[in-house]
Amino acid sequence: MVEIASFRIERVEILRADGTLAAPLPAWAEDPSELVRLYRAMVLTRLYDTKAVNLQRTGRLGTVASSLGQEAVAVGTAAAMRPEDVFLPSFREQGAMLWRGVRIEELLTFWGGDERGSNWSGPREDFPICVPVGTHAPHAAGVATAFKLRREPRVAVCVVGDGATSKGDVYEAWNLAGVWRLPMVTVVANNQWAISVPRSAQTAATTLAQKAIACGMPGIQVDGNDVIAVREVVSRAIERARSGEGPAIVEATTYRLSDHTTADDARRYRDDAEVSARWKEEPIARLRAFLVGRGAWDKDREEKLLAECTREVDRAVEAYLARTPPPASEMIDHVFAVLPRAMAGQRAAILRRAAERAEARAENGSGRP
Amino acid sequence: MSALTLVEAVRTALARAMEEDPTVLVLGEDVGKDGGVFRATEGLFERFGPERVLDTPLSEALFTGLAVGLGAQGFRPVVEFQFDGFMYPALDQLVNHAGRLRARTRGRLGCPIVLRAPYGGGIRAPEHHSESPEAFFAHVPGVRTVIPSSPAKAYGLLLAAIRDPDPVVFLEPKRIYRAFREEVADDGTALPLDRAFLLREGRDLTLVAWGAMIPLCLKAAERLAEEGVSAELVDVATLKPLDTGTILDSVAKTGRCVIVHEAPPSYGPGAEIAALLASEGLFSLLAPVARVTGFDVPTPLPKLEDVFLPALADVLAACRAALVHR
Repeated sequence: MVEIASFRIERVEILRADGTLAAPLPAWAEDPSELVRLYRAMVLTRLYDTKAVNLQRTGRLGTVASSLGQEAVAVGTAAAMRPEDVFLPSFREQGAMLWRGVRIEELLTFWGGDERGSNWSGPREDFPICVPVGTHAPHAAGVATAFKLRREPRVAVCVVGDGATSKGDVYEAWNLAGVWRLPMVTVVANNQWAISVPRSAQTAATTLAQKAIACGMPGIQVDGNDVIAVREVVSRAIERARSGEGPAIVEATTYRLSDHTTADDARRYRDDAEVSARWKEEPIARLRAFLVGRGAWDKDREEKLLAECTREVDRAVEAYLARTPPPASEMIDHVFAVLPRAMAGQRAAILRRAAERAEARAENGSGRP
Repeated sequence: MSALTLVEAVRTALARAMEEDPTVLVLGEDVGKDGGVFRATEGLFERFGPERVLDTPLSEALFTGLAVGLGAQGFRPVVEFQFDGFMYPALDQLVNHAGRLRARTRGRLGCPIVLRAPYGGGIRAPEHHSESPEAFFAHVPGVRTVIPSSPAKAYGLLLAAIRDPDPVVFLEPKRIYRAFREEVADDGTALPLDRAFLLREGRDLTLVAWGAMIPLCLKAAERLAEEGVSAELVDVATLKPLDTGTILDSVAKTGRCVIVHEAPPSYGPGAEIAALLASEGLFSLLAPVARVTGFDVPTPLPKLEDVFLPALADVLAACRAALVHR
């Protein structure tokens, strides 16, 4: 017998759950202001998520997926990107979307049931949220192919969950990325649970990162609750891809402290004890502990930041709630670049039905959209 | 002008589109050196190189999604599926992404992609190689479904499909890929999408068909003419969005309609056209609307294929039955 292939998967941990260092800081992280930016982004994300869940509970927002506990994956990933890179999120990467310039009001508009929220003013080439699991991985390969064909030093960065690694679409995209050496980095946000199905029931593979090996690209695991490690490892993968050395997969291990969405009740399938234990590993507290230890953070600054982020979220919520509902023509006017003649009748019918609905609402006096 | 077969017309249109627009790419399985299993992309790899003609791994869902990503970035990918029966993995990408990317981003990201495939029966092909899946695609919002019926139509409609800013499923009737030649001027002139073509004028009856059923219906019309019946023939060409005006105008004139397609009848395109006539053309009808179609069975292997596929006798019988009503 001859060994023709073998592999090992590395795991990177820098900041321990207690805020002490497990490994030396990367050079960029020696600058406390860099770390405070990451900290602020995670805090803002958590406040947004908390507010979004509250809005849903009080009937002012649709079903929404919180990223509680996973903020470091999204924020660290986005911080590793350049503005001209293209981001292709799953549906729990609000931390990354906010970092890249999508506004809170726009996120709320989308989750509030209005597609205009995905026509954001910020990163115009970024893809919208992808609800069908993993089907955006081929899009990332397409975006990366566009960059490669145009010889642009840009990278397509895609986030999928642990469940998505069971899907053909994801593997097919990785396989192509390997063959064509595409500038595509996939971050697998392994939050241990695909709704009620645990990671152990998703695959018999020891890591999700090792799925890269079969596609001829590097796979690495990182502590996904350590925003420093996430940014560092994803950044290395992105810069490697940018320099033409091909794709990579980063498995960021984290934990979904929230329900899957507001329509889910995680107590049906996992123990409170498990969740409580995982709270000790969450990403914000450990970075705060580290910053405090370094003398770069204190109670005053914390209070000031919380007040500032709360104001930012509250202002966005006000703007969202004040937004008038989309005109009914919105649903048909963007289906094609130019409305086909054959659909003119349907457009008229939509407007007619909308007017009838409005009339009925006026009659029963609710006045609510 | 040169006399081209349908598959040659496809190749000529692809070359023309690639020549005039550097963002047009051809991708799929075996489209490179091999030139595609039906040779539709023959010579393109040599002429435009490996960055314009891309052989992908064997994965239909992937290359459809790949096209979505490329399209959002401003490329115009033309994807070749090897056979109709291998298109189903693309449905997820088509329904969940291609057909709605523009709408769900309110125009921020577009999807100018073309999915080409040889389709339909009649060439005694193996299993999964003779399907007529047009109804699946025609049901998807935001997607055009276009089927040419001749070399000139293939050339003009494919150019239009590639230049269109939205996704188009372009189904090429493989039975007539090389069945006849037609003069095609390679001058870059596209034919209009969303328009049916009146191929033959008549007074007594309207035949509505597309793809490989068009030559069959032309034959039927000629035979009927010998019997003193004047049949009009509408080539639907774009199944969705459907040019309802041309069909309704024709039936308003003739009062009788026979729809011919290979696909199974239930919920097929013929049902849509019959519903159109029932709701908007009922009072001009002199006879029940007839459909000549395949059956609600898996497309049979070659031994029984001729029973499944509509033939001249079936079309004539349906026409004669319609003509009984005076």
